[in-house]
Amino acid sequence: MGQGHAAEAQLRVAVASNFSLAASEIAELFEQSADVEVQLSFASTGKLYAQILHGAPFDVFLSADSDKPLRLESEGRVVANSRFTYATGALVLWSADESYIQDGPAQLRAGEFRRLAMANPRVAPYGLAAEQVLDALEVPAQVASRRVLGENISQAYQFVASGNAELGLVARSQVMIGGRLQRGSAWPVPPLMHTAIKQDAVLLTNGSNEEAGRVFLAFLRSEPALRVLEDHGYVTAQEQLLQPGMVMAP
Amino acid sequence: MMLSAEDFGALWLTLRLATTVTLVLLLLGTPIALWLARTRSAWREPVAAIVALPLVLPPTVLGFYLLIAMGPEGPVGALTEALGLGLLPFTFWGLVVASSLYSMPFVVQPIYNAIAAMGERPLEVAATLRASPWDAFFTVVLPMARPGFITAAVLGFAHTVGEFGVVLMIGGNIPDETRVASVQMYDHVEALAYSQAHGLAAVMLAFSFIVLFSLLRFQRSGGPLAARHVD
Repeated sequence: MGQGHAAEAQLRVAVASNFSLAASEIAELFEQSADVEVQLSFASTGKLYAQILHGAPFDVFLSADSDKPLRLESEGRVVANSRFTYATGALVLWSADESYIQDGPAQLRAGEFRRLAMANPRVAPYGLAAEQVLDALEVPAQVASRRVLGENISQAYQFVASGNAELGLVARSQVMIGGRLQRGSAWPVPPLMHTAIKQDAVLLTNGSNEEAGRVFLAFLRSEPALRVLEDHGYVTAQEQLLQPGMVMAP
Repeated sequence: MMLSAEDFGALWLTLRLATTVTLVLLLLGTPIALWLARTRSAWREPVAAIVALPLVLPPTVLGFYLLIAMGPEGPVGALTEALGLGLLPFTFWGLVVASSLYSMPFVVQPIYNAIAAMGERPLEVAATLRASPWDAFFTVVLPMARPGFITAAVLGFAHTVGEFGVVLMIGGNIPDETRVASVQMYDHVEALAYSQAHGLAAVMLAFSFIVLFSLLRFQRSGGPLAARHVD
């Protein structure tokens, strides 16, 4: 029996759904540089948390928040000192209609929409940030009550993309590729309007391949991976320094 | 295991939705089942297949297509807007339409089986006795196929209570409008509020058991619609 390819190690990575596109690209780059086969499993952060807590055999967890990795750490499921923020999310007020958004904040306050889509603040970090933005803009309660909630940020995006909601507070990573707005109109929410959407990564004790996990986490901070993050609209290091003046070419 | 006001709101909404959908499906499903059981048309098989189709798609995928179809650019959305009804997603009646579609096979199939098992003979006899079709339906079909109707109601109701994927996709999680118990429970789990999830799950299971048990019990003891079998 030939053993040529059997030597390749396997790495199981649990990925929060909002990061699925970027994670696939990063995994592909990683596989080219290391002799490791990466298996990605996508689900909501809450579900992955519950699965890991009950023994799911993942090596690495890329969460959509910083809370679940911290909890896993206190449950003794995390390799010491492995936790770090691999990406910071950004919000954008978005409409599928090219000419809908002229003055985002004013339109939100005036309630110029039938429905405003956002993620559920109770379960999704992007939803919590969206709620903080509505508060910061002092959007009146009766206007805010016309919001519809997605279970996660992908669903909020679907509500807007299908035209069922005229406006939505969605993730910048969903509507921008390569720094360009793909469709519709948008107002970039200044990241200072809400607490930072920090997405943390951890190495898990459940896994069977700690060494490959370490190499993968290191790769997440490497230049090629950071370029993928920037390409998908996650907040870059420079942007975090530059703050509030934001640029976004449509 | 205290239930919050929101939990009770979600339970009450679920009860209203399941009852409405069951009634709608008994009204819609009965003529379809009758037609399927008696027709010799070439359309019989295609229609039967279409009724069963919602079983094939994963609920969230079906919900995704309904979201598009009922949206402003979809055919259903264009129709409802033209009729001045607005858009169906994120409304109670949107959930009724979607759940009816999704639970249709569970109601049509048992009624169809019961009517098919009855055969042509009883209706032919009713006709020779000059019973009108309505008369024949209420005095012959309904009593003879009663177990089928009760099974249909039980399955339609239970399936709507447990419905999750479709509601998730088109509901938008609005309190007292589209946030049903299954979605509320899912949110509890996602928010790691496990004890609240357990509480709501226990109440929903207990309630559903009582409803289903009573219906089935009613079928055995013979209620007002009891069949007068003369085998």
